Amino acid sequence: MNQADFSYLVPFIIIAGAPILMMLIITLTKNFRILYGLSLGAMILAFISLFFTGNSIPHHVSSLLVLDQFSVVFMMVIILASLLVTLLSYNYLQYQESEKGEYLIVLFVAVLGSIILVSATHFISFFLGIETLSIALFILIAYRKIHSHAIEAGVKYFVLASVSSAFLLFGMGLIYANTGEMQFEKIAIALHSSGFSTPVLLAGFGMMLVGLGFKLALVPFHTWTPDVYQGAPAPVTAFIATISKGAVMAFLLRFLYELDAIGNKKVILIITIISVLSMFTGNFLALRQQNIKRILAYSSIANLGYLLVTLLTGSDLGIQAAAFYLISYIITTLAAFGVIGLLSGKDYEAENLTDYKGLFWKRPWVVVVFTLALLSLAGIPITSGFMAKFYIVFAGVNANLWLLVVSLILNSVIGLYYYLRIITTLFTPANALKFPVISIPGQLVLFITATGILWLGIFPQWFFELFSGFSGF
Amino acid sequence: MILAYLILILIAGGLIAWLAGKWNKELPRFIALFALFTDLFLTVMIYLQYSNSDTNDWMLVYSASWIPHFGISLYLALDGLSILMLLLTFILGIISVLISWKEIDEHTGFFHFNILWILSGITGVFLSLDLFLFYFFWELMLIPMYFLISIWGHTNRIYASYKFFIYTQASGLIMFLAILVLYFIHGKNTGVYTFSYPELIGTTMSPATAILLMLGFLVAFLVKLPVVPLHNWLPDAHTEAPTAGSLILAGLLLKTGAYGLLRFVIPIFPEASVTFAPFGMLLGVIGILYGAKLAFAQTDLKRLVAYTSVSHMGFVILGVYAFNELAYQGVVMQMIAHAISTGALFILVGQLQERIHTRDINRMGGLWKQVPVMGAIGLIFSMASLGLPGLGNFVAEFLTLMGTFKANVLMTCLASLGLVGATLYSLRILQKVFYGKERTVHVIKDLSLRERMIAGVLIVAIVYLGLLPQQIFNTAKPALAKSLNSINNQSSGGKNEKSGTYNFVPEPVSTNQ
Repeated sequence: MNQADFSYLVPFIIIAGAPILMMLIITLTKNFRILYGLSLGAMILAFISLFFTGNSIPHHVSSLLVLDQFSVVFMMVIILASLLVTLLSYNYLQYQESEKGEYLIVLFVAVLGSIILVSATHFISFFLGIETLSIALFILIAYRKIHSHAIEAGVKYFVLASVSSAFLLFGMGLIYANTGEMQFEKIAIALHSSGFSTPVLLAGFGMMLVGLGFKLALVPFHTWTPDVYQGAPAPVTAFIATISKGAVMAFLLRFLYELDAIGNKKVILIITIISVLSMFTGNFLALRQQNIKRILAYSSIANLGYLLVTLLTGSDLGIQAAAFYLISYIITTLAAFGVIGLLSGKDYEAENLTDYKGLFWKRPWVVVVFTLALLSLAGIPITSGFMAKFYIVFAGVNANLWLLVVSLILNSVIGLYYYLRIITTLFTPANALKFPVISIPGQLVLFITATGILWLGIFPQWFFELFSGFSGF
Repeated sequence: MILAYLILILIAGGLIAWLAGKWNKELPRFIALFALFTDLFLTVMIYLQYSNSDTNDWMLVYSASWIPHFGISLYLALDGLSILMLLLTFILGIISVLISWKEIDEHTGFFHFNILWILSGITGVFLSLDLFLFYFFWELMLIPMYFLISIWGHTNRIYASYKFFIYTQASGLIMFLAILVLYFIHGKNTGVYTFSYPELIGTTMSPATAILLMLGFLVAFLVKLPVVPLHNWLPDAHTEAPTAGSLILAGLLLKTGAYGLLRFVIPIFPEASVTFAPFGMLLGVIGILYGAKLAFAQTDLKRLVAYTSVSHMGFVILGVYAFNELAYQGVVMQMIAHAISTGALFILVGQLQERIHTRDINRMGGLWKQVPVMGAIGLIFSMASLGLPGLGNFVAEFLTLMGTFKANVLMTCLASLGLVGATLYSLRILQKVFYGKERTVHVIKDLSLRERMIAGVLIVAIVYLGLLPQQIFNTAKPALAKSLNSINNQSSGGKNEKSGTYNFVPEPVSTNQ
């Protein structure tokens, strides 16, 4: 650790320093606007600071963290997404009577965990990152403590996250016991010489997959998702669905590629099964849901299934496809949950499908954004989802993963049905429900996400070029 | 660049119409008309400029980079076939705006947005020479069509719109997969990774792969066309859609399937197409006969007309797999004539429904006395539908049958039976609706001036096609020759007797142009 390292740690320091500063300020004043402004400012500052790391990456900060193109891009995405989540939270914090500032502090802790996760190159930093993230999330999920749903969701997430952490620890322990290394590069070297074949190693690897599977809500570790999505306030759900899953997925990509695990037939088999199961289970369970948050929860399970296809390609194209898909998915999901959150009132979540009847005729612009998001999830042209799915199928066909590509296509068709169900509801004759006026930060989020969806969907060239630098780690 | 403008005008027009709908209910109609007339004017200008040049190549080409990372470009081009389709698109587009003038009075802004975006997707499909771009437009037209059916449709509209969307989307995705595989095969062969159609044409692959990929393309086109086992979405979508929707579905959307066969399937997979030809013709014959039978059995007038489409489109696939110029000219003529005649019948059904609030032909009858003008129009287009000489459909079906006769006598004989079927269902329309006893007494008005003008244009068109089809033949000829050449080149080994016999000299060579 030298002085140069510090300049690379600036984004981490800003994100970690901001909540400490805010805690100090809370003792002086309870003025929410100051805290809110401060947190927005800190996020923007952290985002800008990332541009100044660009000149000499990749750079390893001790053996724990690395700043390479992949991690910098993902840190940018995460910070930008959390900025949007903060903007979305404004609406919801308005109705909150106390502990408004604390929400923002916990949010920062979760962001810190996420950015550590995407740049981790060592078991220790990985575990610190994922635990920081999870613990912050328990608090955020159960934040509306007067709601029984929220408590239920928080406890559910807490229990399962603890179990999954246990799996992760055990898995890491087994790998360490076999290779004597905790740094990914060195594990890869050890694996290279000893091979991947010993059962203990494979068991360790499998346990880590179980743990990560919980975080990503892959089948069969998905059961918590719908309840947590439903119980948590919409901005927090957006956070879990986008930033938390995105960070874990980014880590998984780095981990598998760095260990060259895709070369192993058993690992391929396991991930293939998980991927196909996630697609079908997610989509089938979404078909008959009446609650939009639950539909989106199941849809996210299916989407993570699609993402696993990119892992299995084992090529640079796969990493690029995964990065593009993740970014598209994050923007799209933020738009969808943004709409849900912004339409929710003081003690009321706009989550039933019937609430949305005929919304188009009353709130056309909100519905345009929502429809764009749903079409993007369904993968229809002019939205980012189309390009993202194209990229995955492209990488899949290139790697001859026929089973996965065909089931992805089948599932796109199944998924279409429930996305269309929501869209149809939005455009039916109106009902009399009243929705709150949307605040300025909320409008900003909808505008940014809608622009992002269209931009990625129509002019993706810039992103494709950016990601074409992602090759190997 | 003008080709890109054709699409952009519609896209921008759609957005402006939507915004304008907020201020004024009538304004979107004029904006839509303006956009469509501008496009029609541009297309006619292009047509006048290039129709005399006897080039076999593209009339106009526009190319710009879009996603060079994957070899995707905005590659648009126009030849005789596409210009005919474009003229048809804009004319039917104008008519679909005009017939909705009274029928649609809610949310006019969004309605015209959807109409214009469907048309822009269709225009894109007829112009794209980049397979990715082609697929992009192919999908782009679905969503607005879905809205058109599900918002302004009739009773069972939600079900119909789902069915339409899922059928077309699923088949489209299969085509997309085939496009990607083709892209990679071509890339691995030549080292050039591109979606550009002229480059992909010569791709060499094993026969088995070619068959599989061709089937991938075929699924998408045959669903759109539609061909019998895949036609299930059509009666529902046509019946439940508002009149403008039915008109665009029958007149244009189905034609994109036929266009796809001629433009993409035959040139890219000539050998596989020859292998598939007997099955293709069989599917055509099944479609013709089955469609006619079902049309005859319907009591819902709109559903009846919808099934006649299935029957008429059977001739298209029959002709496509005959691989000779006579048949191909017949196919193109059928695409245009069917769009006009069936479109007119859908308009008529819409007008009837507006007046007597039912589509059940058992509750109609004897309407001629009250609405003679409407009756006369119904007579003309029923006659067109049954293939009366002098009207466009006769030329189309006659040429198709003549062409297929050279290729397969048995299929031609069976397909000819379809003409008898057409006579039966067409006469049934007239008999049940306009003649016979009045079952229920309706007091209704005859057509208004606007409606008469629309019908007048369509009548002139169908008669023109029937009497003076030469212009269409001349325009389409070079484009069709390109498709046929690909078949000729590969089968010059001569395994089937039909190759080498298309020295079709279109009737007296006209000198007045």
